[in-house]
Amino acid sequence: MFGYIIKRILLAILIIACAVSTMFLMIHAVPGDPVNVMLGPRATPEIKEALRARLHLDQPLMTQLFYFFKGFVFGNFGFDIRSNRPVLDIVLEQLPHTLILVSSALIMSTLGIPIGCYAAIHRNGIFDRVFGIISISIIAMPAIVVGLYMLLFFSVELGLFPVIGAGDSNDWSNYLWHLTLPVLTISIAWIGYISRLVRASMIEVLSQNHVRMARAFGLPEVRVMSRYALRLAVLPTITMMGVSVAFIISSTVITEIIFARPGLGSLLFESVLSRNYPLVMGTVLVSTIFIVAGSTIADLLNSLLDPRSLKEND
Amino acid sequence: MSEGLRDVVPKQASSKSLKFILRLCKDPMGLIGFTLVTCFVIIAIFADFIAPFDPNKIDILNKLQGPSANHFFGTDQLGRDTLSRLIHGTQIALLVAGISIGLAVLIGSILGAIAGYGPNWLDFSIMLLFDMVRSYPVIMFALAVVVLFGPSLTTVMAIIVATSFPTYGRLMRTQTQSLRQSEYILSAQALGVSMHKILLRHILPNAIGPILIVASMDVPFVIALEAGLSFLGLGVRPPTPSWGSILNDGYTYIRNSKWLLLSAGAPLILVTIGFTFLGEQLRDIFDPKINRE
Repeated sequence: MFGYIIKRILLAILIIACAVSTMFLMIHAVPGDPVNVMLGPRATPEIKEALRARLHLDQPLMTQLFYFFKGFVFGNFGFDIRSNRPVLDIVLEQLPHTLILVSSALIMSTLGIPIGCYAAIHRNGIFDRVFGIISISIIAMPAIVVGLYMLLFFSVELGLFPVIGAGDSNDWSNYLWHLTLPVLTISIAWIGYISRLVRASMIEVLSQNHVRMARAFGLPEVRVMSRYALRLAVLPTITMMGVSVAFIISSTVITEIIFARPGLGSLLFESVLSRNYPLVMGTVLVSTIFIVAGSTIADLLNSLLDPRSLKEND
Repeated sequence: MSEGLRDVVPKQASSKSLKFILRLCKDPMGLIGFTLVTCFVIIAIFADFIAPFDPNKIDILNKLQGPSANHFFGTDQLGRDTLSRLIHGTQIALLVAGISIGLAVLIGSILGAIAGYGPNWLDFSIMLLFDMVRSYPVIMFALAVVVLFGPSLTTVMAIIVATSFPTYGRLMRTQTQSLRQSEYILSAQALGVSMHKILLRHILPNAIGPILIVASMDVPFVIALEAGLSFLGLGVRPPTPSWGSILNDGYTYIRNSKWLLLSAGAPLILVTIGFTFLGEQLRDIFDPKINRE
């Protein structure tokens, strides 16, 4: 068990290291001088030279990669071109908004678990059929359409929810009010997806011997469901939620832009438009770390809840 | 005799595919999916004939109008016919999805087959590549690439290929691993058939089914990604009509006219439902485990 945890964490570090170097090499694959792109055509040679020296661009590629890694390990992601502030500070400032959005969406999507359970227990009933069709159709529904339609109906037409911003972070009810539509935009597809997943694995688990045994012993149905069936049926969901962090962070970009919320997504978009390289890299790397951490934690949780999976992994 | 054979073979093939389509359409979900997808393909191919107006014809006097007998879906901020723009946008959406998913399936299958069939160290490195690519958040990766290489249709397709080939690669690897121990592969090996021939002739045809199902279900995601990038102004360049840029027009003028936004979202929803239903039905037909239930 301990060996597996170490192995999994080492793999995560390796993945992040590879991702960082790829990102770095990609900047250098760009045709033309990145300094020209950053400063625009009107910069004087002196300014260009100064920036080149500051970014270590005047040194060999391997040395640059070394500096990049060194900075990365010590949490120095470089400096914002405009304000000259450390990139990490700016990213950390925006991070809480995105984290709140992502975690609320994750919590919201667990609504799929009871729905999936109910559908599996009352299999082929009306609820199962109707909800089956609804969830299949919403699973792939693009966040962009869901978000824009919600904005149109609930904010612009009905005026029930605010149109822009994250609200006042000191006033939690105001903040929640601003959070509702963005969270729904992201999580609605995941509620559908998780309910399908739980339904499928629940149906499989319910036909297994240990559930039949528990029933034969006369255990109350609620206990059979929660202790014996759901515990197994929920495993694929946990793995999936780890993987889903990547998708959810992707949809937060669009969602934050549509609802004009602060956060990593809007920060990235603004820095892309102003060609602020260090900020783009910093944002992408921080979110990559979160995604790798998400799938690693999900894998570890999975092995904790289901020791059988360890054998398969070895 | 050969003449007779030639007559028989195509007939058999066509009746086989006809049977397959009939089986697909027996379930209402499959019927809806198949119909929607066929409609979109036809619209994309014959866009020039179906569109009632030139998608780029500006008519500023009739801007931001609601649906009318002349303009079924209304007009945008420059008075261009929304329906015609959406019809031409179908071409872009399906073109991007078709080419990029095709390439991703190709690259993913080759790498996956090598990983599943080759030595352990190769398997590990290819899996590391897959895991690394998967750890980038797609849209963020896309934004970073766009800022480096500039927005264009080619960039969008390259991004989709680069972010989606691991999905197919992983599937192919699992399939290859389960097939490589089967008797017919072992006998082919014993006969001294070369590795690439085994992969190409014997493993690929047996492993491609599930990959195609996943590919069908991936179409909506790819179309949504293209729409998302064009919505952000980082995909297809104007004035080329793309569903994403029409959505952006609708978003910009959300307070002036709800029709532009409403009609721009409709094809995205329909195409999503179409390909997802079709994929679900294909899976039900191909997956014997579900069939038995």
